Amino acid sequence: MERTTILETKGLAKWYPTRGGPLSEKMYLRAVDGVTLSIRKGETLGLVGESGCGKTTFGRTIMRLTEPSSGSIVFDGEEISKLHGRGLKHVRRRMQMVFQDPYASLDPRQSVRSTLLEPMRIHNVVSSKAEAERLAEDLIEKVGLNQDHLSRFPHEFSGGQRQRITIAAALAVKPTFMVLDEPTSSLDVSVQAQILRLLKKLQEEFELTYLFISHNMAVIRQVCDRIAVMYLGRMVELADTKTLFENPKHPYTKALLTSVPTPDPTRRKELAVLEGDVPSAVGIPVGCRFRSRCAFAAEKCGVSPPLVEVEKNHWIECHYDIDFDSHAQLELGQGS
Amino acid sequence: MSHEMKQPEKNPAKSRRQHSDLRFALHLLRQNPIVMAGLVISVATVVLALLSNLLVNGAYWHQQNLTLRLCWNNPAFGWPVTNLFNCGGQVYPLGTDAYGRSLLQMIILAIPIDLQIALEVVASAVVIGVVFGSLAAYMGGLIDEVILRITDIFLAVPWILLAIVLIVVLGRSLTTLTLAIIITWWPWYVRLMRSQVIGEKEKLYVERLKMMGAGWPRILFLHVIPNSIYPILVQSTLDIGSVILTVSALTFIGLTPNPLLPELGNLSNQGIEYFFTAPWLIIFPGLTILIISLGFNLLGDGIRDIFDPRLRR
Amino acid sequence: MSQAHTQEGGDDILSIQELKLKFHTYAGEVSALDGIKLSIKKGELLGLVGESGCGKSVTALAIAGLLPPNAEVTGGDVVLDGKNVLALKPEEMRLARLKDIAMIFQDPMTYLNPVLTIGSQMAEITRAEPKLFVSTLVNYRLRQIDKQVEGTNPNPGLPAERERLRHALESQSLGRKELNELTRSYAISLLRSVRLPEPEKVFEMYPFELSGGMRQRVMIAMAMMRRPKLLLADEITTALDVTVQAQILHLLKDLRSEINTSVLLITHDLAIVAEVCDRVAVMYAGNIVEIAEVHELFRNPLHPYSKGLLASVPRADLTRTPDSIEGSVPDLLSPPSGCRFHPRCPKAFEVCPSRKPSMIEVAPDHYVSCFLYGGLNGKNNNT
Repeated sequence: MERTTILETKGLAKWYPTRGGPLSEKMYLRAVDGVTLSIRKGETLGLVGESGCGKTTFGRTIMRLTEPSSGSIVFDGEEISKLHGRGLKHVRRRMQMVFQDPYASLDPRQSVRSTLLEPMRIHNVVSSKAEAERLAEDLIEKVGLNQDHLSRFPHEFSGGQRQRITIAAALAVKPTFMVLDEPTSSLDVSVQAQILRLLKKLQEEFELTYLFISHNMAVIRQVCDRIAVMYLGRMVELADTKTLFENPKHPYTKALLTSVPTPDPTRRKELAVLEGDVPSAVGIPVGCRFRSRCAFAAEKCGVSPPLVEVEKNHWIECHYDIDFDSHAQLELGQGS
Repeated sequence: MSHEMKQPEKNPAKSRRQHSDLRFALHLLRQNPIVMAGLVISVATVVLALLSNLLVNGAYWHQQNLTLRLCWNNPAFGWPVTNLFNCGGQVYPLGTDAYGRSLLQMIILAIPIDLQIALEVVASAVVIGVVFGSLAAYMGGLIDEVILRITDIFLAVPWILLAIVLIVVLGRSLTTLTLAIIITWWPWYVRLMRSQVIGEKEKLYVERLKMMGAGWPRILFLHVIPNSIYPILVQSTLDIGSVILTVSALTFIGLTPNPLLPELGNLSNQGIEYFFTAPWLIIFPGLTILIISLGFNLLGDGIRDIFDPRLRR
Repeated sequence: MSQAHTQEGGDDILSIQELKLKFHTYAGEVSALDGIKLSIKKGELLGLVGESGCGKSVTALAIAGLLPPNAEVTGGDVVLDGKNVLALKPEEMRLARLKDIAMIFQDPMTYLNPVLTIGSQMAEITRAEPKLFVSTLVNYRLRQIDKQVEGTNPNPGLPAERERLRHALESQSLGRKELNELTRSYAISLLRSVRLPEPEKVFEMYPFELSGGMRQRVMIAMAMMRRPKLLLADEITTALDVTVQAQILHLLKDLRSEINTSVLLITHDLAIVAEVCDRVAVMYAGNIVEIAEVHELFRNPLHPYSKGLLASVPRADLTRTPDSIEGSVPDLLSPPSGCRFHPRCPKAFEVCPSRKPSMIEVAPDHYVSCFLYGGLNGKNNNT
């Protein structure tokens, strides 16, 4: 099956101006600082990183909830970074987003039925009221709830159920691409698995492409085909899931993976490998931005590292190819 | 232990309780006697206002019987006042006023007048507040600045001066009285609505609607305003009592269209004049104002207490 | 790090017996705790794990005497180091919170006073009841002096100070100035021990100047200042990044062995439990359903809920689709009858809705509350 790219960003950046002090130079919070990646049709691409890495901002920017500071976003062959008004509305029908907090995602005064019918009305998806009703009934069942839930209100539902409702509403316009921003982070562990399974089922049924944003490495592993690791606004590693977990190449990825506790007491390990906290995204220093916390930092790291394909479909933004066991560092030349 | 979803999630306890939102509210109401009292008083006031013309002849207040002025003959209790006039034959339960009219009947006639003004003022303030407050908050920028500054100007002027000037210029009538109070009352509602909408428009469901492709009119009118309006409604209930007090204050200082008009402020005005000779004339109208204000106040408070925690959930 | 921490003394520092608690709310009575039984040995790190609404935070609040006014304890005891906490008068409870129990919460930003410096907030602790801290402060300073005296070029004023301090220790009282100085140096040393960089600077900083991870360390330092017998840690790493979480957990383990404090670690994250805890208690809907030593629980979970919970945890080290538990957590306004898990339990049978199972020791130090393992006739039989 020929895979085509459904969404591609080139050098996407989103900078927020911060109030400068007595100095005249304006400081920027560089939430997303030049991200180039492409998402293939039908895949689930994971976007993982800690707080401040820019993954949520990236998701919101490609959804055009905010306008990018620079760079391009090409969705289904169309450049959408500068679209507004009707043109943008047209695109919105094909891309939808599920947010992290199911408790705040729904208008508390709106019934479930109304929540599902509204997107249909906005985009004229159906031609008659009866058809809309039928679609709503179909959707609510597809997400695992039942028809008499349609007349109820959000406060009568649990977090997991509310998330199902938002997913159903997103599907009402028959999108092709969905950004899932930490969709299960606010939910209990036992419910989390239900929602993830639902998302997988819906992906197959509706032929969707997912961008799955999360800080939880364990969840990412279950759900994604490929994973991009972000740090301070840039993508530092991109690989297939299996490769990323079994053979991470970027020091940050490695540190991230070793910091994750495993639910197995026989495998306790020295967790803390990374010193210090995630630095601020304001006034990012020149060169590799992971330098201050990297155990392998060397002089060359004062220069911004290139994005290099270290092996097939495995990219890292680093000057070195590091063997974490032997600590051998191999300098990466220009062009792999 | 792998399970597919055999049956959809249901929370039986929740669905049972929700079956009637109204029933639930009433249940909470029953548990809260103070609110109950407020509700009873408010309802009684409105009923009394509606029935006033049935209870008392509408033209009664034109009649004056100066021979019976300031007299008291309620056999149930008396007043420790010297030179207490006696009304003679027919019993006047609350005595008479300075024009010899039964105070009880005057009060009954006064309630609908005061209540009507209060409701008109409050309704107008709510409408103005909602329209301009939400526009200012949602549009932001220049519109917000302009509306805010106008609001500030009105708030900067002492309300009583503003009201006096208006009534003097436009002439004394119930309409101008109402208008004067509306002019001094609306700024608070604009501010209140504005702050509500500013908070509401940042909420996640608004962002989701934008993501969905909803335009600003849909978001503002169908979602943001209905969710923001609640404190306004509570405030308006609380304000009914305050407006009646304001009307009374204005008529008290002489801005009444007609001193004979059955109006609680007018009656209180007479009451002050004759405080030492006919204390009932200030006490009963005053008590009426107090009870009505209290009733609506408690009702408003109660509504807020009962509904807010649930909405917060 | 050692796998099993040797506990000094087999005594229980905390023992909760049949604790029942309910909340009076507008909507009705919420049965938050349904007769829980829990104990923590001296020096032990017990994990209390469960999903939202199961009552784990409420349990901690009950121990610390920080329950909201609409909470009512309807039965049971909470015995901390021999004292019945529930029976204490407010003043006694306050002192207990000062010296015996320390609690750390999830979001340090809301629990630190934003208008006071870190230093003033730490100083508040000793200023509240100086008598309780005299020994700690003086002994710390004496150790410092001893070290300095043995070192090079000791300050000539030290022996005099040492005498003054010994005198203060005997009389158990300190002058105000002395108290402040000693508190300051002790606090800074604690900030250093929680691995905050430049602790002297941090002492003078305001909470908003610190990151989440740093604030949480400050909270830990403030707790450690009292050298409590029991430390209650309620979801302390939930709001933190995973790399910072790793540091905090590491720190917790180190501190626990240094001061020999018992810790009640409350979390919903089974992975954290596996990493740091000695024993684990699993909670569901106001009941403790299983207690076991950590390896035993993960190797051999008995209660169907524990099994379900373990099976639903996603793993970063394996690719395995996690299972889920059918249904959702019950509404405690009208909880299910009998065993509260029965509506979601794949192994439920006739007796489950009718009675609540009692806690039975199925294997050495492994307790379960489930009819599958006995308790039908009050006897222990392995089915």
